[in-house]
Amino acid sequence: MTPLTLYEKLWRTHVVRQESDGTALIYIDRHLVHEVTSPQAFEGLRLAGRSLWRKNSILATADHNTPTTQQTVIADPVSRLQVDTLDANCARYGLTEFPMGDHRQGIVHVIGPEQGATLPGMTVVCGDSHTSTHGAFAALAFGIGTSEVEHVMATQTLVARPSKTLRVQVDGQLPLGVTAKDVALAIIAKIGTAGGTGHAIEFAGEAIRGLSMEGRMTLCNMAIEAGARAGMVAVDQTTLDYLRDRPFAPRGGEWDLAQAYWRTLHSDEGALFDREVVLDAGAIEPLVTWGTSPEMVVAVGGRVPDPALEPDLTRREGMLRALGYMDLSANMPMTDIWIDKVFIGSCTNSRIEDLRAAAAVLEGRRIAPNIKLALAVPGSGLVKRAAEAEGLDRIFMAAGFEWRNPGCSMCLGMNDDRLSAGERCASTSNRNFEGRQGTGGRTHLVSPQMAAAAAVAGHFVDVRDYLPHHQRTA
Amino acid sequence: MRAFNSINGLVVPIDRSNVDTDAIIPKQFLKSIRRTGFGPNLFDAWRYLDEGQPEQDNARRPLNPDFVLNQARYQGAEILLARENFGCGSSREHAPWALEDFGIRVLIAPSYADIFFNNCFKNGLLPIVLPETVVDGLFHEVLTQAGYRLHVDLQQQRVVTPSGVQHEFVVEEFRKYCLLNGLDEIGLTLRHADQIRAYETLRAQQEPWIFGVRS
Repeated sequence: MTPLTLYEKLWRTHVVRQESDGTALIYIDRHLVHEVTSPQAFEGLRLAGRSLWRKNSILATADHNTPTTQQTVIADPVSRLQVDTLDANCARYGLTEFPMGDHRQGIVHVIGPEQGATLPGMTVVCGDSHTSTHGAFAALAFGIGTSEVEHVMATQTLVARPSKTLRVQVDGQLPLGVTAKDVALAIIAKIGTAGGTGHAIEFAGEAIRGLSMEGRMTLCNMAIEAGARAGMVAVDQTTLDYLRDRPFAPRGGEWDLAQAYWRTLHSDEGALFDREVVLDAGAIEPLVTWGTSPEMVVAVGGRVPDPALEPDLTRREGMLRALGYMDLSANMPMTDIWIDKVFIGSCTNSRIEDLRAAAAVLEGRRIAPNIKLALAVPGSGLVKRAAEAEGLDRIFMAAGFEWRNPGCSMCLGMNDDRLSAGERCASTSNRNFEGRQGTGGRTHLVSPQMAAAAAVAGHFVDVRDYLPHHQRTA
Repeated sequence: MRAFNSINGLVVPIDRSNVDTDAIIPKQFLKSIRRTGFGPNLFDAWRYLDEGQPEQDNARRPLNPDFVLNQARYQGAEILLARENFGCGSSREHAPWALEDFGIRVLIAPSYADIFFNNCFKNGLLPIVLPETVVDGLFHEVLTQAGYRLHVDLQQQRVVTPSGVQHEFVVEEFRKYCLLNGLDEIGLTLRHADQIRAYETLRAQQEPWIFGVRS
């Protein structure tokens, strides 16, 4: 038998109908829904008099607009209407929803895996580009637009064409202080933000095997920042240990059946990829973005690059524009960049492991006087509870952070958590685009522990100088 | 969906690579529960000098005179000429909705981000891929010739410049068919409802946990 890649296995299992032009109708197992990209889809169904194909494929939650403060009613009437519309649509169609106030509510890409609603071998879609996150479970997971949300609701399928395959292999072990976030940024630095366009990425190699599920989710989450709609990691014991006993996961005999199948979800020996990229984990350092695209990234010990050295004219102009927007000058050390705000959260880095890593740096320390606001925003109500049970909330607050309720928050600032014009932020989110965190705001993407260290110093610093003593000598 | 056949349209150049969907339509406008009305906020942060808010009277806002969409020669543009990786980032379909609402019918670029590219076809927009050198040439022409128009013919899969140079482009057969006829893809898929049900029955035997009802 021809050896198959993980992607090919997932694709083949889901083909309902193959068309002669190369497209196929593929079946969708899990549909995650949030308030921003679903109202027009529900309306479309209603106007066409169509029903939902399989209601129990849907898990819905409100996350983008939800306040992270204690307020129980959204003050902004436009945001409130959007969240109310989701609630009403879920009630109307009898869908499973974790609404605002439910202790399971949170960022859709955090709660899917947390509930075991994301399982290996599934196709998972959501009207959100960071759906690639769920590929950490050897699922074929990708973001779709609202028209496709409606298409999935009405037919449980999508018309698609198979992607090309790209294996990104990260060999060796990650050095101390280097996280999945740094791996993601290192990959983007290597292949560029369009490097994965048209491809599904499989992350493989010793360093990936060594990552927790949280780390794998961070990595797959950022696949879209490398241009790939889907990122994925093969099933191993780490995957199974994470999923066992999750509320939506199979149990008993069904679990045994499932895990036997799931263990086959890896690329076969000798499977051919359209493209392969290899990185050495040992060479990856803690990274910080300097510009307005995730590929504009350097090691924290490095300097802001000099556009004069860029031979490509369009690229050089892009760099100059980015430096202007970010108010930085070429060749300045990254550690000379002072910040105003710190955001620890988002579907990239708001899981328990992320909060632990940041708290380990913050313990016994205070944020610098120049930090106007430091936010810790857990990814879900359950992450928040778990963190509080470990006392992480007290460490964050003692350090001067605000300990907030779950949601997308300042990753994109659809709620009240935003940067003001000119403000500079160390952020654990995924996009440093112009205006992403607030009109005129300046975003530097980093790992949670790098964000925590920057909060303490007031400017970017190498987290390896801030790690707790027992970790440094370990 | 509005059908698309051919146009002879005014071209507006957006000379930046990696234009993301946050730039095409900023987040604050995503709070709308409608599909229409996003045109006045297309490229909002580049187009206006103030910070835009939803449900605002955009006619009263200060325009950024340096931004191409505000320049007199590009008023009424239907073809947007762009650089590589156009539409990257967020999956928001509000981006093609805003382009369509503004009056754009065709995009021409060396490459697009996958989700955005897909979303365009669902909204009667035609995203055309042409080689980088050709796009470079078109940028040069549009910048040097006021009132520059291109003829775009989907049936023939051809872009024709004012001097008669023809550039052929590739488009997937099914997408072309839907776009030419303005077809609703859901209706087409539901013709295969029996096949979808048969698939589900088979799959439920192999992976019953996918179909189980839980809460």
